[in-house]
Amino acid sequence: MTYVIAEPCIGTKDASCTEVCPVDCIKPLRDDPDYDAVQQLHIDPEECIDCDSCVAVCPVRATWSDDRLPARWAHYAAINREFFERRGR
Amino acid sequence: MGGDRALRAAVVGAGPSGFYAAEALLREGFRVDLFDALPTPFGLVRAGVAPDHPKIKAVTRVFDRTAARPGFRFLGGVEVGGEIAVEQLRERYEAVVLAVGAPDDARLGIPGEEADGSSSAGAFVAWYNGHPDAADARFALDAERAVVVGNGNVALDVARMLLLGGDRLARTDVAEHALDALAGATVREVVVLGRRGPAQAAFTTPELAELGRLDGVTVKVDAAQLALDRDSAAAVAADPDREQRIALLRGYAGRRQAGDRTIALRFLRSPTEIVTEGGRVAGVRVAVNTLERVDGGRLAIRDTGARETIDCGLVLRAVGYRGRKLPGVPFDPGRGLIPNRGGRVLDDAGRPLPGAYAAGWCKRGPSGVIGTNKQCAAETVAAIVADRDAGRLPAHAGAAADDAALDVWLSERCPHAIGWEGWTAIDAHERAAGSAAGRPRVKLVRRDRLRLAAGGAVRRDRHHATAEENGA
Repeated sequence: MTYVIAEPCIGTKDASCTEVCPVDCIKPLRDDPDYDAVQQLHIDPEECIDCDSCVAVCPVRATWSDDRLPARWAHYAAINREFFERRGR
Repeated sequence: MGGDRALRAAVVGAGPSGFYAAEALLREGFRVDLFDALPTPFGLVRAGVAPDHPKIKAVTRVFDRTAARPGFRFLGGVEVGGEIAVEQLRERYEAVVLAVGAPDDARLGIPGEEADGSSSAGAFVAWYNGHPDAADARFALDAERAVVVGNGNVALDVARMLLLGGDRLARTDVAEHALDALAGATVREVVVLGRRGPAQAAFTTPELAELGRLDGVTVKVDAAQLALDRDSAAAVAADPDREQRIALLRGYAGRRQAGDRTIALRFLRSPTEIVTEGGRVAGVRVAVNTLERVDGGRLAIRDTGARETIDCGLVLRAVGYRGRKLPGVPFDPGRGLIPNRGGRVLDDAGRPLPGAYAAGWCKRGPSGVIGTNKQCAAETVAAIVADRDAGRLPAHAGAAADDAALDVWLSERCPHAIGWEGWTAIDAHERAAGSAAGRPRVKLVRRDRLRLAAGGAVRRDRHHATAEENGA
């Protein structure tokens, strides 16, 4: 299991989740050089500890546990994972 | 003792809030001494998070990184407010951050609460997680039915732990004494009581979903209780997370009994009395509530006057935690926390107490998940930084500002302090014992055993020595 950031984040990037993620696994952070360039934030499945912290703070309900991710956003699991494969951690 | 020496912060309490505060302070150039009353760090990650949630416990790798930073020291087994006064820390550190949590449990305030078989969920959690102060606790695990009062994640944790069974528990880091006792428990049904309705329940979606995946355990919900009033239905429709929980509950309501153990979720019930027989718990008398819209559109419970009795031999109340007054620190007994504004501790007149700060549960009350404390600690450290930049931190001079003098004082006041190296020795010992038993770790639960594993005497951290050289 892991958590996934889905479509509602695009254009929102509220980043409240990065302030509460206890293991800093949501990237990029506001201060990161690629922050402005990305459409949305991503959760690193290797680092996520399934704590649910990011769910309550998201103003647009973009964060989902992958086992409850709505079917229309199923491909976001790969989008999150591949972001870190490309970017490195 | 030049003016360019790093400012010093004492953080009291090595739970998540204390570690997040320490990390933020280190990043701001402070040197940090992190105190804990226990020889072990990590607060509720070690003593609160359920043994069958190992992934959450992996959060400690972040705290390990903080502990490895230059300028960090751990002083375990030192009771601030006991052998060291908070006032003495304030005389020696430019900033003192209290992150002492909320160790006491909220009470129901009903007859029978003291009976044999009635206890706080907090005490039960501390016991099964091997907190040294709870190692000798006893619970009526020979009961057939247990009632858990409360509708938060702690309530679901203890319900799960009562029914998990010895085989499953034996693969966790549950305390050995609890493994033996829980493996022999005769509890077959746990009734979880919420005073409000299913739409107002405080447990999180993953905790509720997890109940449905337990082997041999049926989750029972009365479908009639899921018929929501108009206001609750509107609140659920506006909150996808809540909507998911109602959907999970509806799924449980349609399930047939499978396996011999049951978790029954019952809503709109408030205990009015713990029924006893010969001093032992025999049942819980509950009021049947209804939800009513009150001023401001908020929903509140109203007692319908109807009563029910649930037979049981064990009652665990999981209705929240409360802070405990720390000697020499202002305390708001009504709210059970340290009065503060954005983390600045306030004196009785409501003025900031220079150099005193609070973070975590003792600051905002016992709510939120682990990550909430990161944000909370960040706010507190932002206040410290603002005070530093505005020259509002206490200016220590002479011996009080001398790093070497501080180290001498610490070694005199708490010669038995366990450093980070002592903790890593404990950690290695526990993991090795666990590896031999096919478990993640076997916790040491006695202070003397923990001290022995830590190496007995004071362990001097590397940067401790460095600090002395710098100060000399």
